[in-house]
Amino acid sequence: MQIVMALIVGLVFGIGLIVSGMTNPAKVQGFLDLAGNWDPSLAFVMGGAILVGLVAFRVAGKRERSLLGDVMRLPTATQIDRRLVLGGLAFGAGWGLAGYCPGPALASLAVGGAKPLIFAAAMLAGMAIFELLERSVAAAKARSA
Amino acid sequence: MAIDWMNFTPWTGLAGGVMIGLAAAAFVLFNGRIAGISGILGGLFRPARGDIAWRVAFLLGLVVAPLVYALVAPLPETRIDAGMTTLVAAGLLVGIGTRYGAGCTSGHGVCGLSRRSPRSLVATASFMLAGFVTVFLVRHVFG
Repeated sequence: MQIVMALIVGLVFGIGLIVSGMTNPAKVQGFLDLAGNWDPSLAFVMGGAILVGLVAFRVAGKRERSLLGDVMRLPTATQIDRRLVLGGLAFGAGWGLAGYCPGPALASLAVGGAKPLIFAAAMLAGMAIFELLERSVAAAKARSA
Repeated sequence: MAIDWMNFTPWTGLAGGVMIGLAAAAFVLFNGRIAGISGILGGLFRPARGDIAWRVAFLLGLVVAPLVYALVAPLPETRIDAGMTTLVAAGLLVGIGTRYGAGCTSGHGVCGLSRRSPRSLVATASFMLAGFVTVFLVRHVFG
């Protein structure tokens, strides 16, 4: 049941991205282009999503278990550190360069031709590089300990 | 700054945003999880028993979304200005950055801000700032 729900949620999420225009990189860059012809649409997308989210997460925060009986897996990290900011800055630079963030890139794969495929392949490679770096750092720490 | 009235779409933006919010709401209420795309995808690089199928199902839903949409209405036009080299560089930055910063526009931007998490607010401010600066450089300095 959880797996069926995940499929439906991914589908609705993806259709929301398409309806909102966020699968169009030029439109996303139009939002990020404050100095040019600015398209504020993305702020409305986030605003609409957060309006619903505020209610949902308020309810979710009070629950011990999910409606399907799972343990609630809400983030516990609260630290604001260099990783968070540097990671955000690197992501934002890539986002601005291409106009794709992870969701819209995946929701464009099946219909968008070569460009979203190349972006997504590079994104997966980036995630793999991150894993390798993390593991080598962990291994080095274990050796020096 | 001038508003791009030609391309500004507040209503479909809000409508799509509400759909995204409903999806994130259903995921946290039914599955007890955050609908953060980079985390769901990146988690596949650390495969654990019982932790793979739901990730694959979610991502499959996302990937088939345009095919389902196209059954009902023609897909909206898209334009990708970036060339191949730029797309590779951008993809690497997005892949490494979202994992290092533990989230992207969905996990920090939508879900984190909905949770009123100060950590997600800092992350969102960081990637927005870098996005604004990058597009400024690409379009107005080197463009």
